[in-house]
Amino acid sequence: MSVALALETASAKPAGKRPYFLNPEVERVLAITMAAVQELAVARERIDTLERLLEAKGVVARDEIEHFAPTPGQSAERGLWLQEYLTRVLRIVQQEGEAIGANAAGDVYSEEVALEAEPAS
Amino acid sequence: MDGSVDLGASAPAAVYDGPPDYRAVGRHGVFPDTSHDEIARLNFLAQMNRHLSTRVMPHVKTAWDRRAGPKFEKDHGRAPKDRHEVRKALLGDPAFTTWSALRRMTMEQRQQAGRWTCVRQAEAMAARTDALTRGDNRLSLDPALPIPRYISAVDHHCMPGSYHAELFSGDVSGAASYDHAIFATTGGMLGRYSDGGGQAVVKWLRDHRPDLKPKRILDLGAALGHNTLPIAQAFPDAEVVAVDVGAPMLRYGLARAKSMGVDNVSFIQADGSDLSMFADASFDCVLTIMFLHELSHGSMRAIFKESHRLLRPGGVVMHIEQPQYAAGMPLFEQAMRDWDAFYNNEPFWSALHEIDLDAALIAAGFSRENLIHGAVTAVVDKDVFPDAADDEGEDYGRKAAWHVIGAAR
Repeated sequence: MSVALALETASAKPAGKRPYFLNPEVERVLAITMAAVQELAVARERIDTLERLLEAKGVVARDEIEHFAPTPGQSAERGLWLQEYLTRVLRIVQQEGEAIGANAAGDVYSEEVALEAEPAS
Repeated sequence: MDGSVDLGASAPAAVYDGPPDYRAVGRHGVFPDTSHDEIARLNFLAQMNRHLSTRVMPHVKTAWDRRAGPKFEKDHGRAPKDRHEVRKALLGDPAFTTWSALRRMTMEQRQQAGRWTCVRQAEAMAARTDALTRGDNRLSLDPALPIPRYISAVDHHCMPGSYHAELFSGDVSGAASYDHAIFATTGGMLGRYSDGGGQAVVKWLRDHRPDLKPKRILDLGAALGHNTLPIAQAFPDAEVVAVDVGAPMLRYGLARAKSMGVDNVSFIQADGSDLSMFADASFDCVLTIMFLHELSHGSMRAIFKESHRLLRPGGVVMHIEQPQYAAGMPLFEQAMRDWDAFYNNEPFWSALHEIDLDAALIAAGFSRENLIHGAVTAVVDKDVFPDAADDEGEDYGRKAAWHVIGAAR
């Protein structure tokens, strides 16, 4: 029950209208970005704790992490992961780029397709 | 430094200047459980606030001095008349709007983070609080008390539900959120138990009223009593009364006090503008700590009158508050200090800091020669927490450096 309540109300709006300082679309994106920045810090702190615990238990020395050199195969896997990651994150940039050519070629909105006259058969 | 160095090694620890890790915060019997990630969130927010005040705000000042201020003079052929003209001009400058957007978001993120932590365990905390407070006559709640419009209309500092709302009967999640996460807003400047204001009052009384041996002390707008407890501990023979309109705060406050071994505080739900349950001349000391700015004007005047009525001859009233907008304060600073009034749901902050508080105290019955003026900073464990007295930074309206205004009866 408490977790359901938390999901429902943790992000509740406080009473009182919210001021916007920037274009609202920009401010909305910035707010989401800052929440993501926060969660990156949270993940970073967790990794830091893990590294310190692993070192304290003699499993992995932090120095080993610092000087880790991937094999060519590992490098390729990592490189591939980064490439996949960037295409995912920058999806809209790719799609807006593709749209330039698509528009020139007569790209249409879905609703326009519905309004197109059927070719006489 | 790339941030990956070992802060346990001597060099980084020696040069580090910033908030302590959240784990330095003191815990008590009704303190919420906090996971590793929840703590990391508060660490981030404390650093974010510090970054905004030390690294971003200076650019807002530069933007005013070099860009927005000159533009105003060019457009109007004169300097701004008041802080409102400065603020409105700043709204057209990207340095101010970017800083403002980030500052507002950081407050919203702080509320969200604290609320998540506390609501997810709200039932368990309510049960612990109930076990500690049930049948204890030091808790006196008045479910019929109307919540004043100045509290209910906008949630102060963007805290959903403000001081009074509860998600279910007996809920204390709002109080616990306030208590455990205020660290994020002040970067630890209020100390281990967020009681740096109360400790500052104790220090001020010891320094300036060494002969005062109060038998009865009233703390108005005490919320969860975080600043009340050090006062109660400093005067263990005194009966201390904490008053607030918010029932969840008071329930949580008594449970918190008991779990910390402080037994000489009663928590009473009342509106400070009507304290008719207390007899005339029944207190030696009446206090408000960072409370005046949350009051409507009418309510403040009523509270001043009540404090005059309640004080015994020789007693003192003390209000701890952010500094007034004195005539010599630059308009830019006044505008920056006004930020919370307009953008952080502190509707009376602006007017409170410009009125003549001396005149208001005199109107309430105090005599001019008995007025008290001073300045204090939060008293904290300096080994762990940042000391506002040593801090040269300025976080207009947030820094733990306050004025004392009051009067002797």
